[in-house]
Amino acid sequence: MRSAFLKWILYAGIIVLYLLHNDLWLWNDSQLVLGLPIGLLYHFGFCVAASLLMFLLVTYAWPRHLEVENPEEPQP
Amino acid sequence: MTTTVIFVYLALVVAVGTLSHKLFRGTGEDYFVASRSFGTFLLLMSLFGANMTAFAILGASGEAYHEGIGVFALMASSSALIIPTVFYFIGTRLWSLGKRHGYLSQIQYFRQRYDSDFLGLALFFVITALMIPYILVGFMGSGITLNQITNNQLPAWLGGLIVCAVTLAYVTYGGMRGTVWVNTFQVLVFMTFGLAAFIVIFKKLGGVENGMAIVAAKHPDLLIRGEKILPLQLLSYTCIPLSVGMFPHMFLHWLTAKRAATFRYTLVFYPLCIAIVWVPSVLLGVLGSSVDFPDGKMPAANAVLIKMISVYAPGVLAGFLGAGVLSAIMNSMDSQALAIGNMFTQDIVRHYGFHDKMNEKQQVWFGRLFVVSVIVLTYALSLIVDRSIFKISVWAFTGFAALFPVVVAAVFWKRSTKYGALASILSVVVLWIYFFVQAADAPNYSVGGSGIMPVAVILAVSAAAMIIVSLMTKPPAQEVLDKFFASDGYVLSEKGLRESEKVVHSRM
Repeated sequence: MRSAFLKWILYAGIIVLYLLHNDLWLWNDSQLVLGLPIGLLYHFGFCVAASLLMFLLVTYAWPRHLEVENPEEPQP
Repeated sequence: MTTTVIFVYLALVVAVGTLSHKLFRGTGEDYFVASRSFGTFLLLMSLFGANMTAFAILGASGEAYHEGIGVFALMASSSALIIPTVFYFIGTRLWSLGKRHGYLSQIQYFRQRYDSDFLGLALFFVITALMIPYILVGFMGSGITLNQITNNQLPAWLGGLIVCAVTLAYVTYGGMRGTVWVNTFQVLVFMTFGLAAFIVIFKKLGGVENGMAIVAAKHPDLLIRGEKILPLQLLSYTCIPLSVGMFPHMFLHWLTAKRAATFRYTLVFYPLCIAIVWVPSVLLGVLGSSVDFPDGKMPAANAVLIKMISVYAPGVLAGFLGAGVLSAIMNSMDSQALAIGNMFTQDIVRHYGFHDKMNEKQQVWFGRLFVVSVIVLTYALSLIVDRSIFKISVWAFTGFAALFPVVVAAVFWKRSTKYGALASILSVVVLWIYFFVQAADAPNYSVGGSGIMPVAVILAVSAAAMIIVSLMTKPPAQEVLDKFFASDGYVLSEKGLRESEKVVHSRM
């Protein structure tokens, strides 16, 4: 029950991150932060956040029922 | 010296590819999917390498040269989320079905899932046609790279030909194992030398901050998205990475995984690999718009990165950096060539009974002949096409992304039918041609000038066609559903797994 709930929370996380990809608030902001344009730095951070979300997905919501140990004979 | 380094590198690539042949087990499964034996590291390197084309290196820098930093958001960061998500939901399930039923090609799966030879044949032609512009950018990129890095000593047509010959040599000899070994070697090369190019060039210009200050002074519009990229364009571009769900070479690479769990850390590291490659490419492209070149001429967009390398990092280093760019290009061309040869061998020669009339060796030669024909056609096109690598790639991705509903429905929707899938494919073909013609003379084309990319419209129509036609036609036969949505809960049903666990516990 708890893992099913967590799985759906993480799926919702994908949608939230997808929405955050549309950073309209930085559209015309040209300031440099850490030497990089803020619009680029934000999306670099987005990649790191995507990696973190993937880590949570594969740790807490891995579809382990997909594992195949004894496949059938290959078909021609 | 630069030319020598490049040729030594190409010889090394062929050596790695042919070395893998020592492990060849002499079976079709070993040649095409390396006996489904790869672990996490090789899977990550091969999936990432196969996706990082001339598009990611030369296309990204060339587009950033004109459009600015927004290119990273358009393609890179959206891919960082969507591609691993597609691997998670689709890739793992297709791996599972592929291993269970012994599939060696994407079309085998669709043909059996929808119980239709015609659908398999239609997909074969559509996918092969969409692969042509995708391979085309590889030829263009390799020609430009060798031409620029050797200061025009090597003409672009010869550069493309040399890289093509090297790629075909190790693909035909080494099969999937050779391709993945070379991919792994090359991903490490292009990531290392890509970062080296970034550091060397920016160091010469006084650091990243100073480099960006130069851009801010000359072209401040390149540090924002402003009017160059519209909000709806950013939103609709997120459809493009869905194309990985239908790439035949991705399907083939998925099948090479040893276990479903092999995908886990591939998913985690994939977004970081994208950032490592794309951030330097985009920054160098933006910087290329604002620095002075010794000959006083501004380079063409596709060539800006190579021009930067040859001006700011000449000599041996330029050779290594050029090799890094070539490796990114070859990484995808090899997978594409292998996938096309595989489809032809499995889905035409063997499926239609030609294997009864030919021995194993003749079948392999027929497969190779088909690959060479496609490559020659694409090479001829590369000599006459003079368009942005980025834009050509996006058209190829648009077609594959618009076919995404076909794979989603096949995997998750029992009620989807072959007629629904055929309607979806037909809608993609018709609309892709329509929009391609519309955009022929408008490089920054969007639907009605709104910023909405054609991919979003074609995808929506393709999904609607799949749903409506499936609901209007007879449901698939029960035996087909039993095969793909097993009632034992083994492959696709988590509920089934929980039920089977309950049974096991109750017996204990």
